[in-house]
Amino acid sequence: MPDSGLLFWMLVIFIIVFAVLAKWGFPLITSMVDKRRNYIDESLRLARQTNEKMSGLMKEQERIISEAREEQNRILREAAEARDNIIRQAQDQARDEAAKILAEARTRIEAEKESAVSQIRSQIALLSVNVAEKVIRKTLSDDREQKELVGKMVDESLKADISSGRAN
Amino acid sequence: MKKIARYIAALGIISALASATSFAEAEEASDAAPEGTEAAGGPDIRTLLFGHIGDSYQWHITRIGKTDIAIPLPVIVYSSTGWHCFLSSKLEEGPYEGLYCAEGGKYDGKIVERDSAGNEVRPFDISITKNVAGLMINALILVILILGCSRWYRKHDVLREAPTGLAAIIEPVVTFINEDVIRTSIPQEQSGKYAPYLLTVFFFILINNIMGIIPVFPGGANTTGNIAVTLVLALCTFVAVNFFANRHYWKDIFWPDVPWWLKVPVPLIPLTEVLGIFTKPFALMIRLFANIMAGHAVILSFVSIIFITVKLGPALNGTMTVLSVFFGIFMDCLELLVAFIQAYVFTMLSAVFIGLAHERGEDREEVNTLNAEE
Repeated sequence: MPDSGLLFWMLVIFIIVFAVLAKWGFPLITSMVDKRRNYIDESLRLARQTNEKMSGLMKEQERIISEAREEQNRILREAAEARDNIIRQAQDQARDEAAKILAEARTRIEAEKESAVSQIRSQIALLSVNVAEKVIRKTLSDDREQKELVGKMVDESLKADISSGRAN
Repeated sequence: MKKIARYIAALGIISALASATSFAEAEEASDAAPEGTEAAGGPDIRTLLFGHIGDSYQWHITRIGKTDIAIPLPVIVYSSTGWHCFLSSKLEEGPYEGLYCAEGGKYDGKIVERDSAGNEVRPFDISITKNVAGLMINALILVILILGCSRWYRKHDVLREAPTGLAAIIEPVVTFINEDVIRTSIPQEQSGKYAPYLLTVFFFILINNIMGIIPVFPGGANTTGNIAVTLVLALCTFVAVNFFANRHYWKDIFWPDVPWWLKVPVPLIPLTEVLGIFTKPFALMIRLFANIMAGHAVILSFVSIIFITVKLGPALNGTMTVLSVFFGIFMDCLELLVAFIQAYVFTMLSAVFIGLAHERGEDREEVNTLNAEE
């Protein structure tokens, strides 16, 4: 049979222990454990979300980088085209300019030549007149000789006229 | 392997030494008691066993030579002459204030007084006996452990630090009981309310069981192997189950879902259900008490083998000593397991009974109406 004294004390001790532990012991421990578990669950959930977000960001970043690369390529290509255009234009211009200068030079040379030829011709005419005067002065003292000379001169001048007319 | 072999060798030597000393002691004992109080001349194992398992007014630790070393405990009784309060050591010299320890008879070993007719009667006795003192010590240890653990939580930020020290030991056990036993047995809304009680029961039984296994002073009191202790625990579970039960629980007891002829003329099933209210905690009480007491009895019996076989000669006594030491070690390990299992089983069954008292009837009623419609 259970002893009454022990029964009494056991009841007292157990109730006291229960009261103390139920007030200050177990509820605190279990609530703290629950709190931590909730915190860990929450943290894991957050970490998963962040991971997802991160992978999204990575994709976005890759997209942006590839876009930028395309843009860069495009710009480079355009720049190259523009450069080529400018060079070609410059070359064309230079060629035109050169041609123009050459043409001008040629016309000027032509004009110079003309004027020089005409000057030379007039000079020659003057010289030939002078020469003719001197020759005439010397040889007009003799009649026969005079007659011969006039005849010769007429022939020569006739020939010269014909050749110069041909040259012109 | 080498290490294990060394341990076994050391154990063998120790047990051999133990056998030698026990042999000498037993011889001395039989010399000291030549008149032979025991019929067979050997030690009285029955008295020894129940002396260790039972209760007493003093805490006997050991005997050195012929002097007993014991802690006297306070005796508190209310007899026909009023309240008496004194140390149990006063009883050794004979009756004190008309009170003495009965020897033999109905109240063997208890404090009794003689009434006017000369019969032995027991006064109202709330002495701090060995078991009460053991309970107090164990309760103190339990409170210190748990409050030490909860103090850690008060002092530290639980979201920043992992538990250390005492909290690291207590917390996994608390979590294990709370998650796997309490929350799986009791519906969510009620489990928080009952968790402190069930956890207290678990740790109370566990600490008492373990302290019961320890053979020297602070331990060694056979608390959970005493029916008064388990009776109180079972009573608490009884109260927790029946005093807060819902309507469905009582309906299931007095008007269960069985054919009408099982409950109308003769309330057969309701009767067994009502009986069940009491048998459930009764089974709890007996299970814990019997398991722990039997464990102690077996260990003590193995130790007693050493002293019983003294008469059979040194060779047999030596072998039996080695054997009994090995069996004793085995039993102690088993008892450690049993200490945990019994605490676990008591808590789990209490939780299940409480859970049954809070079961919602709707689910089952729905199934029934569905069946009826079909």
